[in-house]
Amino acid sequence: MPSAVDIRNVSKSFGRGAYAVEVLKSVSVEIAHKEFFTLLGPSGCGKTTLLRLIAGFEAAQKGQILIDGVEMSSLPPFQRPVNTVFQSYSLFPHLTVAQNVAFGLEGTGASRSEVKRRVGEALEMVRMGDFECRKPSELSGGQQQRVALARALAPRPKVLLLDEPLSALDLKLRKQMQIELKQLQEEAGITFVFVTHDQEEALTLSDRVAVMHQGRILQLDDPRTIYEHPSHRFVADFIGDINFLEGRVDTRGVIALKCGAVLADSRAGATHGDISVAIRPERAKRVPTGQGNVDGTLIQSVYLGTGLLHQLRLPCGSVFLLREAAAEAAPLPAHGGTVGIELPAAAISVFAS
Amino acid sequence: MNLRRMPFTREIGWLVLAFLYLPVFILVLYSFNGNRTATVWTEFSVKWYARTFHNPSIQVAAWNSIILAITASFGSTVLALLAAMAARHFFKGRSAVEATLNAPLILPEIVIAVATLILVVSVGVELGLMSMIPAHVAFCIPFAYLPIRARIQGMDAGMEEAAMDLYCNRFSTFRRVTLPLLWPGVLAGFTLAFVTSLDLFLVSFFLAGPGSTTLPVYIYSAIKAGISPEINAISTIMLVVSIALVMVSFAFGRMRR
Ligand SMILES: Nc1ncnc2c1ncn2[C@@H]1O[C@H](COP(=O)(O)OP(=O)(O)O)[C@@H](O)[C@H]1O
Ligand SMILES: [Mg+2]
Repeated sequence: MPSAVDIRNVSKSFGRGAYAVEVLKSVSVEIAHKEFFTLLGPSGCGKTTLLRLIAGFEAAQKGQILIDGVEMSSLPPFQRPVNTVFQSYSLFPHLTVAQNVAFGLEGTGASRSEVKRRVGEALEMVRMGDFECRKPSELSGGQQQRVALARALAPRPKVLLLDEPLSALDLKLRKQMQIELKQLQEEAGITFVFVTHDQEEALTLSDRVAVMHQGRILQLDDPRTIYEHPSHRFVADFIGDINFLEGRVDTRGVIALKCGAVLADSRAGATHGDISVAIRPERAKRVPTGQGNVDGTLIQSVYLGTGLLHQLRLPCGSVFLLREAAAEAAPLPAHGGTVGIELPAAAISVFAS
Repeated sequence: MNLRRMPFTREIGWLVLAFLYLPVFILVLYSFNGNRTATVWTEFSVKWYARTFHNPSIQVAAWNSIILAITASFGSTVLALLAAMAARHFFKGRSAVEATLNAPLILPEIVIAVATLILVVSVGVELGLMSMIPAHVAFCIPFAYLPIRARIQGMDAGMEEAAMDLYCNRFSTFRRVTLPLLWPGVLAGFTLAFVTSLDLFLVSFFLAGPGSTTLPVYIYSAIKAGISPEINAISTIMLVVSIALVMVSFAFGRMRR
C-alpha cells in the first residue's frame, strides 16, 4: 500500500535570480496512513511552506509529492484530497457556522439531506452542535478553532493539514484542545500532518516528529527517540532543557571535558576532536561531593512542584542545570556549598562541534 | 503653529462655507416660493415641483438620465471589478494601467468631451444615447474602481485559499467567496458611478442628439431662457438624490463583512 503522503526530494525557492532564497532543501518524508505526523521547528524554518506545497498553494521547483500514491504536482488545490486547518482559521465571515462546515460538501454530489447530516456529525464531533446558526464573528477563538476543524474534517479528506492550529489559544484551552485533537484523529482515522513550533505539543501528540531547521529535516523519529537521542546539537537544544559541556574526545573514545570531568563513550570514538556532550537536567544525578564525574557549587535551587531544579556552577565557570524528584532529594548543602554531579554514560549525547 | 490662534481663521472659515453653501440654500429655499419671479419671496408652495413632474421635456430628460446612469454604472462597475481583480497581482505596467483607469479624475472633462465628440463623428456613429453610454462608462470607471479596490486590498487572501482547499475551482471561488466579500465595495462603487453619471454635464452636452437630452443638459438650456422656479425645483431634486446616493455609497463602503 502506498504511503498517505510521500514527499520526494522537494526543493522550494522564493524569488528569482540573485534574490532567490531556498526555503526547502531537498526534503523527503514518507507519512503513513492514520499517522499523527508533526513538523516541528522554529519560526521561519519552512513548515508552512511544506504544508502549502502539499495543499497545492505553492509549486515546488524540484521533487515530487504523492498522496496515496498519486502524483500531485499537476493538480490545483481543489483537486487534491487534502483539507487544511489554517493558522488564522480563515472561516468565511459571510456564512454561518453550518454553511461554513457544509462548504466543502456542496458540489461533491452529496444530497441536501446527506450534507445536513454530515454537517451535524462534524459539528457534534467538535461539540459545536448548538452554534449552527452563528456567524464566525460571534464565536470565541476556541470555538472558531473547532469550527475550522469541523469544516476541514467534514469532507473526510485522506490527509488533514494543520498549521499551528492551537497557537492562538490560551494555555488552558490549548491543553484541552490537544487532548481533543488526538482523540479526534484516532476516531476519524485520518492522517494528520500537524505543524507546530511548540516542542511539548509535538512530543505529546505525535506518532512521529520531523524536526526542521533552515529548510531541512534534521531528525525524523518517534517523540521518545527525539527527546532522548537527539541526532543534532540543534535538535537537542530546541527540544526541552539541556546542558552542553564542551570538550575533546580521543580515538579511544575517552572524553575530556573542559570542566574537568573525564568520560568514556564508545560511540564518540568515531568523531574525534572537539565535541560537546549534552545531558538533560533530569538525567544527571546528584551524588555526594567527590563521588561524581565533576563537582559543582550550588547557586540556586528552585522548587517546581514536580521536583527541584538546581543551578550549579562548574569549575570551568559555566552553569549546569540538574533536576531531581523533591521527595527523594538528599539534604542540600547551603548556597555556595559543593555537590557531586554524575553523568551516566547512557544519558549523554555527543555532538561534534 | 496653532492654526486656531491665527487672526480671523474662524471668520474666514465661515465666509468660505457661506460662499459655498448659501447659493445652494437659497436655490432650495426659492424652489418652494409661490412667486414666479425668482428673486421675490411671497409664500410657501410646492407647485413648481408639481409642474416639474408634469413637464414632458423634463420627464424625457429624467428618463434619459436614469437610463444612462443605470447602464453606465453597471458597465463601469463590471469593468472596474475586473480591473481591480487583475490589479491584485503584480504585473509589468500595473501602475500605468491604474493611472489610465483613473485618468478621468484628473483630465479636464471638456477635453474628454471634445475628443469623444470628434471620435464619434469621425466613426460616423449617430449622436445620442448610444454614443453617450460608452463615454459615461469610461468616465465613471474610477468612481466605481476606488471603493472596490479598497475592499480588495482589505480582503484576507486566505479566504480564497480556504475556498480552493474545499474543492472550489477559480470560478466558484469567485462566486461563493470573493464576490460576496467584495459585495459592499461593489455596491458602493455602483452608487458612486451612478451619481457621477447623473451629474455629468459636458460629455452629455457634446454627445447628446435630438431626444437624448439629460437633466443637466436640460437645466443648462432652460436657464438660457431665464431662471425659473421650475429649475430651482428640479435642481433641488437632483441635489437631494445625489446627496442621498453618496450617503448610501458611504454606508456600503463602511459595511462590515
Ligand atoms: N511567498 C513567499 N515569498 C517569499 N518568501 C517567503 C514566502 N513564504 C515564505 N517565505 C520565506 O520562507 C521562509 C519559511 O517560511 P515559512 O514556511 O512560513 O516558515 P514557518 O512556517 O516554519 O515559520 C521564511 O524565511 C519566509 O520569509
Ligand atoms: Mg508558519
